[in-house]
Amino acid sequence: MGLKDFIDKIKERRKLKIEEGSWVKCEKCKTLLYIEDLIKNLKICPHCGYTFRMSAKERVDLLLDKVYTYDLFPKIVPVDPLNFKDTKRYKDRLKESKEKTGLNDAIIIANGLIYDREVVIAAMDFEFMGGSMGSVVGAKFVRGVEYSIQKKIPFISVAASGGARMQESILSLMQMAKTAIAIDRLNKNGILYISILTDPTMGGVSASFAFLGDIIIAEPESLIGFAGPRVIEQTIRQQLPEGFQRAEFLLEKGQIDMVVDRKNLKKTVYTLIKHTHG
Amino acid sequence: MDLEKEIANLSDQIELLRERIKRGEHKLINELVELRKKFKKLSKKRMETLSAWDRVQIARHSKRPHTIDYIKNIFTDFIELHGDRRFGDDKAIIAGFANFEGKPVCVIGHEKGRDTKEKIERNFGMPHPEGYRKAIRVMKLAEKFRRPVFTFIDTPGAYPGIGAEERGQSQAIAESLMVMGSLRTPIIATVIGEGGSGGALALGVADRILMLENAIYSVISPEGCAAILYKSAEAAPIAAENLKITAKDLLELGVIDCIVREPLGGAHLQPKKMYRLLKRALRNTLKQIENIDPDTLVELRQRKFYSMGRFAER
Ligand SMILES: [Zn+2]
Repeated sequence: MGLKDFIDKIKERRKLKIEEGSWVKCEKCKTLLYIEDLIKNLKICPHCGYTFRMSAKERVDLLLDKVYTYDLFPKIVPVDPLNFKDTKRYKDRLKESKEKTGLNDAIIIANGLIYDREVVIAAMDFEFMGGSMGSVVGAKFVRGVEYSIQKKIPFISVAASGGARMQESILSLMQMAKTAIAIDRLNKNGILYISILTDPTMGGVSASFAFLGDIIIAEPESLIGFAGPRVIEQTIRQQLPEGFQRAEFLLEKGQIDMVVDRKNLKKTVYTLIKHTHG
Repeated sequence: MDLEKEIANLSDQIELLRERIKRGEHKLINELVELRKKFKKLSKKRMETLSAWDRVQIARHSKRPHTIDYIKNIFTDFIELHGDRRFGDDKAIIAGFANFEGKPVCVIGHEKGRDTKEKIERNFGMPHPEGYRKAIRVMKLAEKFRRPVFTFIDTPGAYPGIGAEERGQSQAIAESLMVMGSLRTPIIATVIGEGGSGGALALGVADRILMLENAIYSVISPEGCAAILYKSAEAAPIAAENLKITAKDLLELGVIDCIVREPLGGAHLQPKKMYRLLKRALRNTLKQIENIDPDTLVELRQRKFYSMGRFAER
């Protein structure tokens, strides 16, 4: 699938939600943007380069030339193991997120080709409860890893998450160990793992599979870290420096391999696959 | 609390009876047995009625035994190792070699510190990346020399600070999870106080996970959850309840393997008894896993964590 197809696909999906001729305001430079222009530019502000968030399916479209399936494990669905309720019931939050995104949970495990190379992509969706990792995200991630081991094809994750899913409490914490163990299994089987960090990649996702990539790529300006900036500010009682916890900051501190924009992401991933697999 | 008073009374009566029996009044033995039964029943009732929030207070009690105390009282010949060989030495985590009942082992644990000065030195038990990297180093030493690893979990969480982020807090925790998940030597983790989120789990990927009766283990502190989900600091006790953070909850959820009983009212009231109880639990646990060959051990550990979580498959 070329860039044009990708844009068409996004447009098609957008049509369901946004009327033709809608305008959105860029969150960074506050310029009013014509939605068509924004989509044509891969959801990057043409004025200031601000990257708008992408859905999990848009991620898959961006990376794959041919999609075999958007989700290998659609039958794995969330339950409410603790019967959790805060200001809302967890069950209701799940239902709302499902209606909003059309997804069962915050991750899809896609499979398809980048040019001629078959890969597995675990793509997270921030719109589904902030991309939080609960039992389903962990379970599907691990199944995806096992699938890529079985087929001996590279595994790529695209993180977009505020962290662990509080509504599943300790069970969500355990998904950190579970996914980290899955990456150990990839390593032992000699399978390439590319971790792509997008805005935001925080907490339990950041401190598990996302930072265990053979190669770690971040999208420009993405917020990436363990603790949230507000928590840090409250703890140290001082303002954080400009650009703190942004992708470029992490590159400078030696925490990631590269910052790559959307236009070059697929090409970069493909190059890395060629260097490591076959 | 009336129940509390009743229990204290009973405890005194039992003590008196025992003295008298010791002095030769053997006829009182039946009475003692009866009182003990009643005592047990009431204490059990009392412990069952403790709310999750009550346990949070016990888990954080200022006199509660810390890692350093368990090392001193359960292990011998402890020799502490320092530094991550990259940046510094994090005193929020203690690690080193020791003997456990004559067997050479490795010990790693969070340490909160006791007095104000020590608390500051140890950053209240909140590690920086260096702490986890030191832990990883010692785990790898344990693997090299085939020493079982005992970890003790007691932290509010990994430190949220500028330096911690700059030096890769996420990476350090993630690596620790992966290293523990594949370490070719037995690992026994014990949650002794506060198991705060990823910073706790980073020492918690083990073959057997024990938890003291009044310890807590959670993805987020009740206060943090209250602020984020309930939008109110006063909701912390409710959050504590709903988050299911007690040993009993975690046993039911299949996250821990065993609850270690605490002396009545909490470990801080009778620390010596606590050391005995935990030592016995660790001995029994070690027996279960010390002779499993490394391949099988790692496979079982990985399967254990692979099976964690609850979802439906349509
Ligand atoms: Zn802009």
